[in-house]
Amino acid sequence: MRSPVGTTLRRGRASDEGPALPEGSPPPVLVVEGLTVTLGGREVLKDVSFNLHAGELAGLIGSNGAGKTTLLRAVLGLQGTAAGTVTLSGRRDHGSLGYVPQKVSLDPDLPVRARDLVALGIDGQRLGVGLHSSSRRARAEELLSSVGALHLADARVGALSGGEQQRVLIAHALASKPRLLLLDEPLANLDLRSTQETVSLLAGLTRSHGVAVLVSTHDINPLLPFMHCVVYLAGGRAASGRTAEVVRSDVLSRLYGQHVDVLHAHGRVIVSVGDEHRESGCELAPDDCAEEGQPA
Amino acid sequence: MSVLHAVFAPGFFTSGPVLAAVLIGGVVALVSAPAGFLTVMRSHSFAGHAFSEVTATGGSAAYLVGVGPLLGYVVAALAGAGAMGALGVERHKSRDLVAGVVLGATLGLTALFLYLTTTSQSTSGAAVTVLFGSLFAVSSSDWPTVVALGGAALALVGVGWRPLLLSSVSPELAAARGVRLRLVESAYLAAVALAVALASMTVGAILSTALLVGPAAAALRFARTPARACAWAAAIGLVAVWGGIVLAYDSYDWPPSQQGWPVSFFVVFLVLATYLASYLFGRHRDPAHRDPAHRDPAHRDPAHRDPAHRDPAHRDPAHRDPAHRDPAHRGEA
Repeated sequence: MRSPVGTTLRRGRASDEGPALPEGSPPPVLVVEGLTVTLGGREVLKDVSFNLHAGELAGLIGSNGAGKTTLLRAVLGLQGTAAGTVTLSGRRDHGSLGYVPQKVSLDPDLPVRARDLVALGIDGQRLGVGLHSSSRRARAEELLSSVGALHLADARVGALSGGEQQRVLIAHALASKPRLLLLDEPLANLDLRSTQETVSLLAGLTRSHGVAVLVSTHDINPLLPFMHCVVYLAGGRAASGRTAEVVRSDVLSRLYGQHVDVLHAHGRVIVSVGDEHRESGCELAPDDCAEEGQPA
Repeated sequence: MSVLHAVFAPGFFTSGPVLAAVLIGGVVALVSAPAGFLTVMRSHSFAGHAFSEVTATGGSAAYLVGVGPLLGYVVAALAGAGAMGALGVERHKSRDLVAGVVLGATLGLTALFLYLTTTSQSTSGAAVTVLFGSLFAVSSSDWPTVVALGGAALALVGVGWRPLLLSSVSPELAAARGVRLRLVESAYLAAVALAVALASMTVGAILSTALLVGPAAAALRFARTPARACAWAAAIGLVAVWGGIVLAYDSYDWPPSQQGWPVSFFVVFLVLATYLASYLFGRHRDPAHRDPAHRDPAHRDPAHRDPAHRDPAHRDPAHRDPAHRDPAHRGEA
């Protein structure tokens, strides 16, 4: 996802060269190359390529239905792919990826405490009952305090607020010492303060744990102060690279296949897929126009 | 001594059928506890109910064929587990539909089998035994089978405990961890099938759900952790089953018939009583106000002192402006 090829807009047959890494820099944690996913006969992702290095915080930006969750599931290995490769550096087992779903729907009556959920992150995939041990307990508390949620250890997971639950789920995901952390819309349904806390927590984790973080969101703004790079999805295609190189009118216009305005105001970015340009956009990419011309 | 006699009527401890009932009922209570807890965790109590209908069909078929009802219960419950696993694993909504369809069909078969049994063999007690159980009538030669099947169910839950728990909290999290959801679901269904089949012997097929789900539901109010919830459910189940046996034995000289009241009534009644008591005396009546999270001021949390929070960007008034209010932003959405 670093320059120089990072800004290449990947569409169809255009420019399929892999990014040339500078000599001596470590290999990327994640390399996604020409990923194509078909669901029910529809190409949800078309030739998506990007990579991600250790310690990077990347935003996976796109409107509802742009394929963000499908992309995350493909990286997790839970989604079959029609073409392309997803390569994770080093060993690949179920501990090398940490996954944070949007929310777990658990009744507040159920006796699963935050520390129980985090302990299941340590060894929840193993057989047997998992005898109570002080090292397991200490590890769970260490993980909870690394996300600033030690005070929630004995609270029931179902009774936590959205922001609190995000923290506990992040601690759960960190338990296996992953090199890559994937979060599916972690900022949806959070209030402004929780949103900022979650984003700065994730930025802190990239520094303290050296983990690469890929965060899907439909609103780019909360991530802007901390985000190193961006994977922008529209119509199943992706543009990736440094934020300033991708979130630009010309790059996004090519991605959307219609005119896109990128406005900067008070440190915020407003991406406007202009309705007045829909007709000219249709001439370029009629299929996209049906999908993207009517934003969700 | 007179108090003891008032509770345990003379002959209680020397009666063969009573001791067999105590042993078999105890095993059933222990097996139902973790199976019931997982059923509550997974919100599958309707599937548990469907199991009870299926075992009723199996029990009535066993009477018609002339084999022991336990064999009928177990075979039917495991077949039901296989069908549910094959048809309804993927989505919860579809599973409820499947369970509903299976339920109607099996009740019809039960009616047919019981009708044929009573008309052809003049054993009028079959219907009551299959539907409502008869713990004192359990053949004492059945206990090794009951212990073996109960042990198998407990072993399944024990071996699969952590994946079962994780997939109950969130199938997505479990799948991301490489847990094979279908395998775990099959283990769960098999364990519940065995628990329901054994419970059908004690309280009858119709009431077996009460023994499966009732103690587990009450246990949630007393326990803080999954393991303790299972222990509480086992304790409540034992109290209900053994208490039911004592009361049923005592009821032999109760009106109206001086023939005793059915043990199933007492067991299910005691389950209901503990469930109601759990609302009155449970420690976790109101988790929102009792969890430490809500007592502790969030500001003690070290993360809140993170310098990133003092990032000037966050003080920018524009940041406080919710994105939705910006008309231009809607175009991007």
